[in-house]
Amino acid sequence: MSVTETGESEALDPTRSPVAGHKDVSAHTPVPAVNPSPRRGAAPRASDSRSGVKLAKIGRAGDRTFLGVSAGSGALIVLLVVFVGVFLLVLALPSLLDNKANFLTSQEWKVSGSELRFGIAGLLWTTVLSSVVAMAVAVPIAIGVALFITQYAPRRVAGPLAFLVDLLAAVPSVVFGLWGIAVLGPRLVPVSEWLSTHLGFIPLFAPGIRSPGTVFVVAIVLAIMILPIVTAISRDVFMQTPRDHMEAALALGATRWETIRTAVLPYGRSGVISASMLGLGRALGETIAVMIILSKPADNAGFVPSLFAGGETFASKIANNAQEFDTPSKTGAYIASGLVLFIVTFAVNAVARVIAERGHAKS
Amino acid sequence: MAKRIDVTDVDIFYGAFHAVADVSMTVEPRTVTAFIGPSGCGKSTLLRTLNRMHEVIPGAHVQGSVELDGTNLYAPGVDPVAVRRVVGMVFQRPNPFPSMSIFDNVASGLRLNGVKNKKVLSEAVERSLVAANLWNEVKDRLGKAGIGLSGGQQQRLCIARAIAVEPQVLLMDEPCSALDPISTLAIEDLIGELKEKYTVVIVTHNMQQAARVSDQTAFFNLAAQGKPGKLIEIGSTEKIFSNPDQKATEDYITGRFG
Repeated sequence: MSVTETGESEALDPTRSPVAGHKDVSAHTPVPAVNPSPRRGAAPRASDSRSGVKLAKIGRAGDRTFLGVSAGSGALIVLLVVFVGVFLLVLALPSLLDNKANFLTSQEWKVSGSELRFGIAGLLWTTVLSSVVAMAVAVPIAIGVALFITQYAPRRVAGPLAFLVDLLAAVPSVVFGLWGIAVLGPRLVPVSEWLSTHLGFIPLFAPGIRSPGTVFVVAIVLAIMILPIVTAISRDVFMQTPRDHMEAALALGATRWETIRTAVLPYGRSGVISASMLGLGRALGETIAVMIILSKPADNAGFVPSLFAGGETFASKIANNAQEFDTPSKTGAYIASGLVLFIVTFAVNAVARVIAERGHAKS
Repeated sequence: MAKRIDVTDVDIFYGAFHAVADVSMTVEPRTVTAFIGPSGCGKSTLLRTLNRMHEVIPGAHVQGSVELDGTNLYAPGVDPVAVRRVVGMVFQRPNPFPSMSIFDNVASGLRLNGVKNKKVLSEAVERSLVAANLWNEVKDRLGKAGIGLSGGQQQRLCIARAIAVEPQVLLMDEPCSALDPISTLAIEDLIGELKEKYTVVIVTHNMQQAARVSDQTAFFNLAAQGKPGKLIEIGSTEKIFSNPDQKATEDYITGRFG
């Protein structure tokens, strides 16, 4: 192939520049004619000797190092997850085998006597109920705030507001717990009572305890705690809505809300779902705030599935009883409940991924 | 349905930046007017003031008047959303709504106008797709996603979407610049048909395209970077391309600069 040789010499020859010849050639044809005319001057020795091209040696040390580091980091994450799973399973297994009660359906929790009787039904219910209610409260507010920041607010309001929401994420959860039990909880008692008086026939709203330490208060505090992350992610996806999509809607005569509905929300849908699931995952695992707020029912009290009852979540149960981890069988029981929390959180994240992927596949 | 556009003494600003200065022109109904000129000369900006789409950018404002059969689009109290419902627009890059099917894309404008009747919608969708020369290619897959089509088909889908609401005027901002020559030809043929019903204004960088599709051509230029763009000359396409009054126009269309 001699193309490289001739092409190169022509490109280097300034008299062959298409711009210079443009005026004469194209006065009446907008497409400049570029005809390959015989080479003038230059290239004295190119055609006779095929001396080849000297190709430089390219150093790949950087590539190799970086590949090693990044592949190692990736593998480390997988190993950590597997290790945590195996650790939980190995330590929980002996207690699970000794368990005399049904682990999944029982609400009992007797681990100190001669025989082990424990089940996670109550814990699972309280954990999932508080987190789902938290998500149901937080997600609409987060979407509203994110839409306001990205679509409605003038720039000088949007910036500080976004900063404020981010600041909410920086409040330690122990502070949220204290605030929840001391400030928010007492103020929500009348709300709880009003709800249980008027909707008490639904088991979820059945009258519970007259104290701020209810699942309801926990759910509200959890909602506030997951608000920043859901808002931040939603804001980011809404902000990335392609200008093309928004202009398409606007040019059809869409109002601002109609533009949001036809362009912004469909684009952000999968991102918002992922954000919600991430928030749900955080709420499921939240420990300190839940532990401070939620009042532990007496050991002989029956289980009440109401929002206005006390209870324990997986995380608060384990944290409340950390001082009891003195025998392997006892510890194993708590670890077994931790294993369930691990699986639930894992499942929630997996579902979030599937939903997000499906959203992408559709678009 | 086609309306006459009168642009009178229009100045366009983005904040303090004077983007387009002192433009006056008339666009007759059922004609195609092409805006040509070098990049940054304000032709797209002017096009966007014809349906107030430039207001999407914060700080944009306009002095002067743009009248549609005597109705000033910039009179106080005129809602830009209402303007866009009578002046449709097709963009440089095909932009069908990605989450919508072909049918829903075409129906979207009607739905915004509150049309819910299924029969009315499907008639309008068919009529618009036929008018956009796309019906035969998509009639068997109206439920499929609009972005599954080729680029040229997507652009015709966008044209169908724009004309489904039966606008008075159709604006096109370099509608073929992202398309291959065959798709370009299809769109150009379509423009020729559309002008029987609509007033069409098209911005193009392609001089042959302006010569092929338009009845009237407006040439814009700017004195220097940062200076406002100006309308240099407007006239019948035949005259602009064969015997323009201005030297700058001749230089530009013969490729001597720009």
